Amino acid sequence: MFLDVLFNIDNGYLEGLVRGFKSGILKNQDYINLVQCETLEDLKLHLQTTDYGNFLANEPSPLTVSVIDDKIREKYVLEFQHLRNHAVKPLSKFLDYITYSYMIDNIVLLITGHLHQRSVQELLPKCHPLGMFEQMGAITVADTSASLYNAILIDTPLAPYFIDCISEHDLDELNIEIMRNTLYKAYIEDFYNFCKELGGPTGEVMCELLAFEADRRAFMITINSLGVDLPKDERSKLYPRCGKLYPDGLNQLSKAEEYDQVKMIAESYADYRPLFENVGTNPGDKTIEDKFFEQEVKMNLNAFMRQFGFGVFYSFLKLKEQENRNIIWIAECVAQKHRTRIDNYIPIM
Amino acid sequence: MKLLNKFTIGAGSVALALFIYAGLTYMFTGYGFRFDIGWLLTSLNPYMWAGLGVAAAVSLSVLGAAIGIYSIGSSILGGGVKAPRIRTKNLVSIVFCEAAAIYGIIMSVVISNGINNQSITTKETLMSDYRGGYRLFGAGLTVGWSNLFCGIALGVVGSGAALADAQNPTLFVKILIVEIFASAIGLFGKKKKTKFF
Repeated sequence: MFLDVLFNIDNGYLEGLVRGFKSGILKNQDYINLVQCETLEDLKLHLQTTDYGNFLANEPSPLTVSVIDDKIREKYVLEFQHLRNHAVKPLSKFLDYITYSYMIDNIVLLITGHLHQRSVQELLPKCHPLGMFEQMGAITVADTSASLYNAILIDTPLAPYFIDCISEHDLDELNIEIMRNTLYKAYIEDFYNFCKELGGPTGEVMCELLAFEADRRAFMITINSLGVDLPKDERSKLYPRCGKLYPDGLNQLSKAEEYDQVKMIAESYADYRPLFENVGTNPGDKTIEDKFFEQEVKMNLNAFMRQFGFGVFYSFLKLKEQENRNIIWIAECVAQKHRTRIDNYIPIM
Repeated sequence: MKLLNKFTIGAGSVALALFIYAGLTYMFTGYGFRFDIGWLLTSLNPYMWAGLGVAAAVSLSVLGAAIGIYSIGSSILGGGVKAPRIRTKNLVSIVFCEAAAIYGIIMSVVISNGINNQSITTKETLMSDYRGGYRLFGAGLTVGWSNLFCGIALGVVGSGAALADAQNPTLFVKILIVEIFASAIGLFGKKKKTKFF
């Protein structure tokens, strides 16, 4: 009771604002209009009638898909930063936790780019704006993860997640992916514990969402490493432990060698069984990633049913990202005039 | 929050333990007669009880109304950014909360009118003096606590009403009916208080 009563003192305005932003997310009718566009200029015209408004008004004439992508992302990043600027503890800490996953992605992007001999100036604009921190440009100086940690990351909020993955090996392709997954595992478990401590509606909603994310990661890591030369115990160290699959499902997943075994493991969990049915790589079928995205959208929409919790902020960001992916998918299909799979976006509302 | 709970549980259990220890000490050392509730009650002035009743009526009602108003107000502000049409309609929820505060003030004036100077001549007047004091205290507490919970309920429901109205305008009137029931809780206190008199 106290959580409900005292929540609005610090967070009432921001919750109302986020719900207002959520009502501007594109509906099914908007997607139907977008799918019927012939050119990117048509797309821009249709987007003007939605919440996006004139966001592409000042762009030079031949519109490209990457420009549209950047502008869409800029819009929801601006909204998120507005929320973050107005937030106080514990909401500010919660919003910071959300940005750590983008920081991890940025670090991995910079290191990979550096390995492929790209310059820092080229890579920095490609980084996700929500995951910026100081000294980002200096990341390329480091060769091994130990020096990376000591020089740069020790000052960032990601420092405690690095304990498990400091080693003296050089940073090469496989090691970077392992590093990314180890960091993400530490981050998601930390976030889960933080939400659990907060308790109340926040804890209930976020623990569900993060458990799903953790299990989804476990499944994707397993499926993606089925042909790769990754030892089993290395693989099991990458699974986040805060989901429903812990501990039995994760044990079984670490021993899986084929896709059918993964599917059989998913059968014993009622939440994940329907996701693995009817999956295929034929043109008419959905892929497993699509099914996970659909389930994620459904769970994020349910988060808006609880008032007086922070789950709405997390779900708002995830839904906006999904909308971004949808619009860019449609834009790419329109730009390349390849309309057979244009309906493969994930409808949100 | 958890730290606060642990602290209150710790402090509460220490206080209870000390109280039980004191009581047992009195009992076992033969000084049990010293633990005298009657002496305590007769030495406390009945005007104190009446004054506390007046204070409780006003302060707890205003606390309830304040909780309700800030809950509803911040949700209206947030929801009104993207849906400006909700601003005026949802002020009626705030008016309900204010009504809870006004009940409290009116009742406190009525209660304080019941306090009059009485010359103590006989045992009957003394008894009725004490009785009056306790009655006014009870009346004040009733009004205060019921208005406090009325305000809290209105806050939770009203902020939900504002946010739902921002998404779907047809919902507002239906949630208003729930708010009417919530404000009826405040009225119960007013009715009960008159029984004390």
